[in-house]
Amino acid sequence: MALRAQTGPYFGDFGGRFVPESLVAALDELGEAYDLAKLDPAFGEELAELGRSYTGRPSIITEVPRFAAHAGGARVILKREDLNHTGSHKINNVLGQALLTKRIGKTRVIAETGAGQHGVATATAAALFGLDCVIYMGEVDTERQALNVARMRLLGAEVIAVTAGSRTLKDAINEAMRDWVTNVETTNYIFGTVAGPHPFPEMVRDFQKIIGEEARQQVIDLTGGLPTAVAACVGGGSNAIGIFHAFLDDESVALYGFEAGGEGAETERHAATITKGRPGVLHGARSYLLQDEDGQTIESHSISAGLDYPGVGPEHSWLAAIGRANYRPVTDDAAMQALRLLTRTEGIIPAIESAHALAGALELGRELGPEATILVNLSGRGDKDMDTAAHYFELYDQENAE
Amino acid sequence: MNTVGSVIRRRNEEAGGALIGYLPVGFPTFDESVEAAVAMVENGVDILELGLPYSDPVMDGPVIQAATQQALANGFRLADGFEAVRRITARVDAPVLIMTYWNPVVQYGVDRFADDLVAAGGAGLITPDLIPDEGSEWIAASERTGLDRVFLAAPTSTDARIGQVVEASRGFVYAVSTMGITGARSDVDRAARTLVERLTAADAPASCVGVGISTAAQVAEVLEYAQGAIVGSALVNALATGGVAAVGELAAELARGTRAE
Repeated sequence: MALRAQTGPYFGDFGGRFVPESLVAALDELGEAYDLAKLDPAFGEELAELGRSYTGRPSIITEVPRFAAHAGGARVILKREDLNHTGSHKINNVLGQALLTKRIGKTRVIAETGAGQHGVATATAAALFGLDCVIYMGEVDTERQALNVARMRLLGAEVIAVTAGSRTLKDAINEAMRDWVTNVETTNYIFGTVAGPHPFPEMVRDFQKIIGEEARQQVIDLTGGLPTAVAACVGGGSNAIGIFHAFLDDESVALYGFEAGGEGAETERHAATITKGRPGVLHGARSYLLQDEDGQTIESHSISAGLDYPGVGPEHSWLAAIGRANYRPVTDDAAMQALRLLTRTEGIIPAIESAHALAGALELGRELGPEATILVNLSGRGDKDMDTAAHYFELYDQENAE
Repeated sequence: MNTVGSVIRRRNEEAGGALIGYLPVGFPTFDESVEAAVAMVENGVDILELGLPYSDPVMDGPVIQAATQQALANGFRLADGFEAVRRITARVDAPVLIMTYWNPVVQYGVDRFADDLVAAGGAGLITPDLIPDEGSEWIAASERTGLDRVFLAAPTSTDARIGQVVEASRGFVYAVSTMGITGARSDVDRAARTLVERLTAADAPASCVGVGISTAAQVAEVLEYAQGAIVGSALVNALATGGVAAVGELAAELARGTRAE
């Protein structure tokens, strides 16, 4: 079977539905609505039209030769998801799930968010479709991504800072699940990544796979062939699956997911789930996760809020297990240096998340040499990260830094 | 020997039904959690539900979350769960069920977990995030060892799923009284009565209602139609604010609800 034809609930040994019984009816309802929508040309056309006239699809590709000069001379091509409305790939998934929410007749949506990009995208779709919207965000993340909190509130969403546990993305997901268990009759959970219980990994992937479908053809049009390698950052893994999926059955194309190495995958402060974790159950699916001997989740660390997650989507675990995709860690510092390098050489400020893929591409280019073409998913733009970058590179005037 | 099933049957014959009390292991300390569990039984709780603290408890409300987070911060290890069962069953003869999220069992090893629970004198598992569809390994291990397995049923469960849960459960079926997470509520939802009727129609030997029960009056109300009432957050709150003595007093008060007409 073609790897691209894989559907949920299981990807090899990974996936499933490890959830309270209270959620099963909602997951079934969502799964059935999605299966019907897939078969309905009107749904596909409505989503495609939103892509064209609202998101700005297709997103362009940009070749970046001045950046590539630092990557062993390999050709580097960026897929510009940063240019989407709301500033990242997250909108692709949210518009699909918001349309489904309308189809199942629910009036309230909830979502978790790490960096705030999925929260902003969800709040945007809620404004567009007239839905009530509550966003759960770890308190640590509301502080480091304050700009996105303001954006969500301006869009009309209620943002709830989660103070439990590590106060980051994993705890925001726990709180959103508790909300869903309690309010399931009126509420749809717009999940932001390819993790979670079935049908989310499959459904979110399907809404994101347009990234790779567009990029594959765009690269062929530009270079006359397939890329040597495709690179993306991996937290939960939605932008990575989105760009990988169209290439899964192209055996000549190597796939690389770059996880957040934090202060180093050899330290205790990282979010390199596949590199350092082992299989277990978290947030409704069996997948790799960072955990101690007793199965307690270990708190992750990354300078990038969007990658600061101790789990990963089950399809990535499967692609790693069968050797189809490679996963490597990139440290906070390597990502920040790549962020500055792309900004200085090409005038494009990437999100810190996406900068992990750029740092990975620099490493890959040096390994693969000047004959290689590397397609990088530039999954988001860096506006939200200016405060982090300003502190990291000491860009504020001294008196303003207080 | 007192099994979960036999205790529920006996309490339904001699009284209104069974009272099931929840506390997490290791809160506020390991020793006090054991003392509090013993005090619950000595004051009229028929079956114990011991929770294993877990880092990501999606079914638990703020009271239990705060307690289990403290237990984890105090250094709770899975081995403490078995030790607590051992100590409690040495002192009182109420059956002890472990309530645990699924990943700790997976990491410990499902068969090893079952064997160690039997050796400690435990009666079985309540698994809030394991549905029968994903439970084949646990069903096999509990068949082999004779442990009870308590799955959850929800008001939104379809008839087909209710049938599946009844078929897969042994000991009792945990009926989630309202759509929500744990935490004491002023009204136990009417949905619970309908859910128990559906479980009974599906030939469930026993249905016990949990989530939202905190007073003797609510226990009595639930036992009008269910075979057991499960109390959690209210007992944890008593332990947090008044220590072991307060847990004993609340248990005695709740137990009056099993005798009410």
